[in-house]
Amino acid sequence: MLDTLNRPRRDAVRPVSREQFTNAFHWMLLARAVEEKLASLWRAGKIFGGVYLGKGQEAVSAALGVVLEPGDIFGPLIRDQAGRLAFGEAPIDVFRVYFGSRTGFSRGRDGNVHRGKPAEGYHAMISHLGSLISVVAGALLARRFKGDTGVVGATTIGDGGTSTGAFHEAINMAAVEKLPLVVVVVNNQYAFSTPNSRQFACRDLADRAAGYGVEGHSVDGTDLAECLEVLGRATGRARAGHGPQVIVASCLRLTGHAEHDDAFYMDKSLYQTPLGRDCMKVAEQFLLERRWADQSSLNAWTQAAKVQVEEAVTDAQREPLADPSIETWCPYATAKIADALLVR
Amino acid sequence: MSITYLDAIREAQAKALRDNPRVYIYGQDIATFGGAFKATKNLAKEFPGRVLDAPISEDAMVGSAIGAAIEGMRPIVEMQFADFSAVAFNQIVNQAATLYWRTQVACPITIRLPSGANPGSGPFHSQTLESIYSHFPGLVVMTPATVEDAYTMLLEAIEVDDPVIFCEHKYLYNRLKSDALPESNLPFNTARIARAGRDISIVAYSSMVHEALSAADHLHKENIDAEVIDLRCIKPLDINTVLASVARTARLLCVGESWPWGGVNSEVIASVVTQGFHLLDAPPQRINSKDTPIPFHPNLWSAHKPSSQVIAAAARGLCEW
Repeated sequence: MLDTLNRPRRDAVRPVSREQFTNAFHWMLLARAVEEKLASLWRAGKIFGGVYLGKGQEAVSAALGVVLEPGDIFGPLIRDQAGRLAFGEAPIDVFRVYFGSRTGFSRGRDGNVHRGKPAEGYHAMISHLGSLISVVAGALLARRFKGDTGVVGATTIGDGGTSTGAFHEAINMAAVEKLPLVVVVVNNQYAFSTPNSRQFACRDLADRAAGYGVEGHSVDGTDLAECLEVLGRATGRARAGHGPQVIVASCLRLTGHAEHDDAFYMDKSLYQTPLGRDCMKVAEQFLLERRWADQSSLNAWTQAAKVQVEEAVTDAQREPLADPSIETWCPYATAKIADALLVR
Repeated sequence: MSITYLDAIREAQAKALRDNPRVYIYGQDIATFGGAFKATKNLAKEFPGRVLDAPISEDAMVGSAIGAAIEGMRPIVEMQFADFSAVAFNQIVNQAATLYWRTQVACPITIRLPSGANPGSGPFHSQTLESIYSHFPGLVVMTPATVEDAYTMLLEAIEVDDPVIFCEHKYLYNRLKSDALPESNLPFNTARIARAGRDISIVAYSSMVHEALSAADHLHKENIDAEVIDLRCIKPLDINTVLASVARTARLLCVGESWPWGGVNSEVIASVVTQGFHLLDAPPQRINSKDTPIPFHPNLWSAHKPSSQVIAAAARGLCEW
C-alpha cells in the first residue's frame, strides 16, 4: 500500500485504532491550549524571552509521542509541545520553565523550549540545530552497551536543520552503528523566514535517506491518521533492528517563527493548498466521519484541555521565582570542584 | 622498565576499561590501527567492542559521547589532533559544558586532545587549545606535563563528573620516560612545585614545564634560583599555590605554548595582580607562542614557541628589575 516514496497511498483506508487516534488527538488539543495560553502570557509581558509555537505541527508531534514506548528516548525540538505532553511532560512543568519558577526543570537557568529531563530519556535541546541528533544516537549507543535492547530514540528537526553539518554527521554515524534512531524531519516550508527554495536543492528531503543507507518515509504532516501509521511503522522498523529511519512530514507552519514574528514573508497562497490545512481540523473531521466523536464531545474535550491549562498556570504562577541569592553559581557536578568554588 | 608519556596514556585507558564496564573509547583509527599516535594500541583486541572507530565526524563523536554519558557511560573521545576539536566546538562548549548547569544531569566525558607541535607539523596539526576551552564555564581542562601526571590525571579525568578536556602534549609522547607508573599522586586540581627556588616564580604547564626547568638550570649557574610551578590543571586553576610562591619570590614569569590573547598566562597574571599586587617587586611578565598561525618549517617553528633561552632571558631581566 506504499507509493514510490514509501508513502501510504492516499486512497488507502488508514488502519488506525480508535484508542490511539483519540489519545493522540487529546495531546494535540492540550498542546494547542498550552500554546495559546503561552502566546497570551507572552503578549501580556508575563514571559521573558521568546515563545516558539508548534501550531500546524501538532499531528506529527503527537503521533511521534504516542508511538514511543516507556523506556524510549525522545529529543524534541522547538515545535514539539504535543509530543512532549504525549511523552509524559506535565503541563505545569511547561509553565514553570516559561515563568522561571525555582521548582522548574532548570530553575530559571534556561528557559522555554530548552527544557527536559535527560536522565529520564527526555532530552533538553540547545539552540544549535542538528546537534541533538548525535546526542540521541549516543544515548542509544549506551543502551546497546548496557544490553538494553528493543528501545528506540526519536528526535525531530525542521527543514532548515537538515542543512547543518551536525545533521549529516549524526545520521551517517547512526547508520554506521545501525542504531534504532528515528529522525522526524518536519518540513513546514520555512526556516524562520527562509523558504525551501533557498534551503536545499534536492527533489524531496526524504531522498536523502538513501544517501545515508537508511530507510526513508514521507508523510502528510497534516493528517494524524497517516502520521500515526507511518511513524508507527518507522519506529517499529527501528525497534526491530532495521537501523535508523528518516521520516519527512510535510505541513505548513501556521504561525510566525516566534510570537514576535508576524510572518509577512510567507506565501499566503500556501494556506489554500493541502499543506496549509490545520491538522486539528483534519483530525476533528476524521473523528466525526468515523463517529468516534460528535461535535458536543469535541467541544467538551477542548473545554477540558483549557481548564487543565488554566489550573497549571494558576499553580505555576504561585511558585517562587529563580533567585540570585540562593543560586549556587556553580556549573560543576564534581564535588571536589564544586566544594572549592562554593567555599569562595 | 621504561614507560613513556604515551605509554602512560595507553595504560590509564587500559586500566579504566578493565576497572569500569561503563568506559569506552571512540575516535578515528583507534581500533585496528591503534590510533594515529598508538595511544590505543592493542586496546581494541583486549577490550572487544569497547574501542570503536568513528567516522570523520568530530561533532557526532562528541555529541554521541554526551548522549552516552547522560545514560551513565564514561566515554573517552580521542581527537586525532587537538586542532580537529574545532569541528566539535559547538558540542563541547554549548552542549557538554552547559548540560549540568541547565539540567542537573552530569556529563562525564573525557576528550583527549593530542596537542602542541612537533617539527614539521604546521598550522593544523600543532595547536594548543587549553586557553580557548578554559574560557567556558563547566569544562575541566587538564594539561599534564609528566609521565606520572599523564597516567593519574587521565584516570581522574574519567572519574570526574564533568566534561574534561585532556590536553596531552605530542612533543612529550615519546621523549618523556619514567621507571614505573605511580600508585598515587597529587589530586588533579592542585599545582605542583616542580623545582623549588626563592628568586623568581616561573609558572608553566604541559611541555613548557620542561622548557622552564631547563631555563632554571641555566639560571642556577648564574646564581638565580628560580622556582618552577607546574599548573597541571588549567581549569579549575590552583591560584593559591601560585600566590604562595609569588609571596616568597616577589617575581612572576608565566610561560605557555598557546597564543597570547586572553589566555592562561593572562588569567594567571590577572589573578596574581588583583589578589596579590602587594607581593610583587616587579611587573609580571608572560611568554607565549608568537601571535601567528604555527609555522611548518623547523627553523620558524622553533622560534615561534617559547624556548628555555627566551625564558631564561626574561627571568634574568625580571630579576634585574
